[in-house]
Amino acid sequence: MAKVRLLVGTHKGAFVLTSDERRQQWKVEGPHFAGWDVYHVKGSPADPDRLYAAQSRGWFGQVVQRSDDGGATWEPVSNEFRYEGATSTHKWYDNTDHPYEFLRAWHLEPSLTDPDTVYAGVEDAALFRTTDAGKTWEELPGLRTHPTASTWAPGAGGLCLHTIILDKDNPDRIVTAISSAGAFRSDDAGKTWRTITKGLHSNYIPDPDAEVGHCVHHIAMHPSRPNVLYMQKHWDVMRSDNTGDSWHEISGNLPTDFGFVIDVHAHEPETIYVVPIKSDSDHFVPDGKLRVYRSRTGGNEWEALTKGLPQEDCYVNVLRDAMTVDSLDSCGVYFGTTGGQVYGSADGGDSWNAIVHDLPAVLSVEVQTLA
Amino acid sequence: MIRVELPANLRTLANVGREVELKVDGPVTQRSVLDALEATYPMLRGTIRDQVTQKRRAMLRFFACEEDLSDEPLDAPLPQEVAEGREPYLVVGAIAGGSPG
Repeated sequence: MAKVRLLVGTHKGAFVLTSDERRQQWKVEGPHFAGWDVYHVKGSPADPDRLYAAQSRGWFGQVVQRSDDGGATWEPVSNEFRYEGATSTHKWYDNTDHPYEFLRAWHLEPSLTDPDTVYAGVEDAALFRTTDAGKTWEELPGLRTHPTASTWAPGAGGLCLHTIILDKDNPDRIVTAISSAGAFRSDDAGKTWRTITKGLHSNYIPDPDAEVGHCVHHIAMHPSRPNVLYMQKHWDVMRSDNTGDSWHEISGNLPTDFGFVIDVHAHEPETIYVVPIKSDSDHFVPDGKLRVYRSRTGGNEWEALTKGLPQEDCYVNVLRDAMTVDSLDSCGVYFGTTGGQVYGSADGGDSWNAIVHDLPAVLSVEVQTLA
Repeated sequence: MIRVELPANLRTLANVGREVELKVDGPVTQRSVLDALEATYPMLRGTIRDQVTQKRRAMLRFFACEEDLSDEPLDAPLPQEVAEGREPYLVVGAIAGGSPG
């Protein structure tokens, strides 16, 4: 019988949640790294027992952990993220020039084929890579030295590279997103980058159609259709059918198009999920109701999924890396909230159960489908 | 042996108790103690001093013999009581003060 393993990063540690393929009874293990912010935990597609975790804390900086036994034990690996070359600058909140300085890793994306290779998206925005299982990290400096990089400015969460998408059919292609610079694509394995922001429109920046400055919250892709990208921008849900060369809005009938997460059904590339959030000033769900919205048409037409989710007095947020899907025949969908709940659906979102109610605020949720 | 007391989160990270003992070759200074600490417990590299700048992390302070040494020169000798192991060198984290941190 297949198993499912959820990797949950929270404001105060990491948790590993496991179940069989029925996904009704869950075993909760943790907290690992108690007391630390765990921005992200992710497993290697090439070796499911190989996990990587990004833990950080304002007092102590960044730590990266590796597990070789599916999360039972962990070992700290290198936390040295050194920008390559001369120090460059980005814009600060007051529009002055501010030197790039490493603060924390937001997202760890293991290679699709090599368990020792992992990409790290960090704040201040840059892309790093290890090819020795975390012993050393090297920057792929082409992104941070993009001609627009000196004009990038942080959002409220910092100048963070939070999304890294790899393409199994094209190892040279990498898509990244940075708040609040925008989205970028490399077609040469990270050496050079181009902005992929045509069609994005953001009223909160001086030129709403500018090349950079868009606060992209998350991007998702179905592995079978790498040319189709879905984006939850600060406001607006967007779609590209040409790997980001151009975007069009698919917010349609959503009650609000502000939000953080977006993900794609494991077997239906036109079925996508978002969790609308009331606004950028009220970071909680509208009307006290926690609703996942699903589109089976690749956007524009959305249905609210509410069965099993609280529909009154609920005021949580769902952060950008806190939704994921498993690859079982009946696709499982999972998300975590800032209220510490992790919800799961074993039927593609038709119905939901709270797997755990009372974790610390959830920062990220990833899933592994294990044979 | 030099005694170093660590804040709770770093004890967990290094899998040690409240206090560790270190052998320090040469003059006993803040730099030589921190170097020895990181050599013995490499997982602590970057958590007390920034990896790149080697500066003390802003929300940590260093004490010994009831004196705040945080802004003292790193290569100045530590008090004799620390050098002789009669008093610990303290790495102290700022209290959260009720912040969400």
